[in-house]
Amino acid sequence: MADLGWTLAKIGFMLAFVMGLLGVMIWGERKGSAFIQDRIGPNRASLGGVIRLGGLIHPLADVLKLIFKEDLIPAGVNRFFFALAPFLVMVIPLCTFAILPFGDALYLGDKVIPLRIANLDVGILYLLAITSLSVYGIVLAGWASNNKYTFLGGIRATAQMISYELNMGLAVLALFLVYGSTRVDAMVVEQGQLLWGFLPRWGVVLQPLGFIIFLVSVFAEANRTPFDLAEGESELVAGYHLEYSSLKFALFYMAEYASMIIAAGFIASLYFGGWQIPWMDTATLREHSGISLTVILSLGVAFNFLFAALLWRRFERERGLLGDRRELEPLILGVIFFLLGLLCLGFLLLASPWQLGAQGAANFATVVQVGSFIVKTLFFSWLFIWVRWTLPRFRYDQLMKLGWKIMLPLGLLNFFVTAAVVLLSHS
Amino acid sequence: MPYSIHGPEAKTGGRGAKMRGAEIWYLKEILKGMYITARHLVTNIFHMSEMPTLQYPDEKPNYGPWLRSRHRLMKREDGSPRCVACQMCSTVCPADCIDIVAMADDRNDVEKRPKSFDIDLLRCVYCAMCVEACPCDAIRMDTGIFEIAADSREKFVVDLDFLLNNTTDGVKS
Repeated sequence: MADLGWTLAKIGFMLAFVMGLLGVMIWGERKGSAFIQDRIGPNRASLGGVIRLGGLIHPLADVLKLIFKEDLIPAGVNRFFFALAPFLVMVIPLCTFAILPFGDALYLGDKVIPLRIANLDVGILYLLAITSLSVYGIVLAGWASNNKYTFLGGIRATAQMISYELNMGLAVLALFLVYGSTRVDAMVVEQGQLLWGFLPRWGVVLQPLGFIIFLVSVFAEANRTPFDLAEGESELVAGYHLEYSSLKFALFYMAEYASMIIAAGFIASLYFGGWQIPWMDTATLREHSGISLTVILSLGVAFNFLFAALLWRRFERERGLLGDRRELEPLILGVIFFLLGLLCLGFLLLASPWQLGAQGAANFATVVQVGSFIVKTLFFSWLFIWVRWTLPRFRYDQLMKLGWKIMLPLGLLNFFVTAAVVLLSHS
Repeated sequence: MPYSIHGPEAKTGGRGAKMRGAEIWYLKEILKGMYITARHLVTNIFHMSEMPTLQYPDEKPNYGPWLRSRHRLMKREDGSPRCVACQMCSTVCPADCIDIVAMADDRNDVEKRPKSFDIDLLRCVYCAMCVEACPCDAIRMDTGIFEIAADSREKFVVDLDFLLNNTTDGVKS
């Protein structure tokens, strides 16, 4: 029973992580694209006319708007599959999170709780299986909408996913050979070691070509620019989700970001060490936990007070410029940062963090490692946005040419060279 | 010859449109592009106030002194309208949006004055020909107000009182 409780807690953590990051991703997409294009971006939606947080309220407003919009179902659609498709699109990527280790393990006394949801021996094969299912949602949406544009979008998505799944599989196969396991958590543990004594044994170091192939394939699997032909708005209006409105459209919209976050999590886990921090394994982290926590808390005090001071300066400078309640925002945020700084200071002075016990040290190491995983996932999520606002969309023939004539031979080459090297080094 | 969007004479550095060597991977070009976008992003984050965007309802654009904005009628020193109801403006108006009803004025130096002076702002094309035509500088278009909104068509027809009390508030210094 207790195990079930822990599993539910881990599922809850993962869902909260993905769903919370989703809103941040939508904000990052809009604000990031704006800054890349020398615009200011969304900054008007507010809570009570005061708190705007630089546009972070906009995803909330978007979702509220979509919930209250009319849910149109056009004539001639297959109503069952039309309603089913958005759920498939959303649920299937979320399922892949089950095998993603987001930390080493939680050590509570004698109890060890590994920080991944499912303990599957097939490991990464599960990822390949589930991602190949995810095309169903898109195809169903395209077909059930009874519209030639959505249908074309669905066909494109199918062809693209089938072509790039192959390359993704080849890249992952090479990883099996290198790490000798199909389990993602075992791969992440392997990546904590050092190569030749100084390089972290990260996937990207051992498999640079495989990493590029995997990255490109993951972009194609997530239907993301430069491979978002399935929703090419210039020729297909909006692609497979053209006929959707209201909450069903919101599901498609969110599923795109959810699959991006999950792809980012897998890139981080397979090629960038997952929750591992380079040159610092769990034992080192525990040994130096007291001093690290002290340093982190001191930095927390310094930065929170710095932010509070900067926000106060901004409040003073901009007073009277807007002439309404929005001017109070820097003041309120400044007070929050000041209180956070006081909290850190209180911990630093009263709880004496440099004298962490064994339990505290273990928990500290776990939290830091989960933080490392989150930071890596955030970076690769940002990479998706960054690439989208840099690269133009591929043409369909170029996409197929890249997939079949360049990526596939390179993937095979990578696989055979890896196999040869592994064979030679083991014999 | 098969159709090619590049054409044989496309400017591709004399190599034709075919990509060679490392270009097939697009890798170098992608990294170059990503460097450029990242540079824009970082510059803009640290120099938000230098961005060319105008935060419109909070900041107003400066259109300079030649902006033709909402009309106003000038007053004499005693507060009565300068307008002598000569109908020059309503005659010259290409949109036919000015409607003046004249009445006799009992003062010696003025014979007529407007009884009513209505402008339909929805019909007005803001050409300022009424301003050019006016012999006594009674109508001007220098209020600086260019955001004209109302919730019914009737409210766009502004009358003498409204026009006389229009000020140059909207002008940005």
